Amino acid sequence: MVAMVNIPETVTAGTVVEVKILISHPMETGFRTGPDGTLVPRNIIPEFRCLYGGEEVFRAEIFPAVAANPFLSFFLRAEQTAEVELLWTDEAGQEHSEARLLTVQ
Amino acid sequence: MTARPTRRTAMALVLAGPLALRLSPAAATPDEMRAAVDAFTGGRPVNPGRVTLDVPLLVENGNAVPLKVSVESPMTEDDYVKEVAIFNERNPLPDVIRLHFTPRSGRAAAETRIRLSGSQNVHAIARMSDGSLWSAVADVIVTAPACAES
Repeated sequence: MVAMVNIPETVTAGTVVEVKILISHPMETGFRTGPDGTLVPRNIIPEFRCLYGGEEVFRAEIFPAVAANPFLSFFLRAEQTAEVELLWTDEAGQEHSEARLLTVQ
Repeated sequence: MTARPTRRTAMALVLAGPLALRLSPAAATPDEMRAAVDAFTGGRPVNPGRVTLDVPLLVENGNAVPLKVSVESPMTEDDYVKEVAIFNERNPLPDVIRLHFTPRSGRAAAETRIRLSGSQNVHAIARMSDGSLWSAVADVIVTAPACAES
């Protein structure tokens, strides 16, 4: 799984920062039939979390109606220099995380 | 003067016919969506307003429809948006995504891309920290729905 993350590197304290992430994932709905006529087993990313300084600031429960190669954008308020961690696991058990240091001046 | 079929009403019938036929039995009906919404709200009243749901009016490709939602809130410890749930009427499942915010989110807004299996209403319901519920609806016309070819 590959992901592209976009978070500003350095901001002033109190700034509301936009976090953007694009994850390369098929988000198989479980409603689609494959070439052999049987249903392709469901494999989506059911949950996505964002921790800032080890504390959860944003979480999304995701259903098959979210498009393949899911894109998410959300915000967090920059208070101190800390790591922003983005965590998710798909239904095939593939775990993934991305971390970026957010420097607050 | 008696009402007689005009060219406009005839055209509307011709255009609406295929739309009515396209509803597949696997799709969630508005009733199923209502049940999912009731489970989310717990039967509490939902007020229109405070939520802005931004979905294009007309989309060509139902496989990736941009969706943007934001909720008016100061996002402080005492008054913030806890959760925003997005529902749809005609996909196989009524749920789309649930967004959980915290005061440290700073702004109750998010953006994603969703699948829509046909023209329908998309609903956003926000639950505030005081338990009140606010909503917005967007009507989307999809020319090439998701799940059309398999």
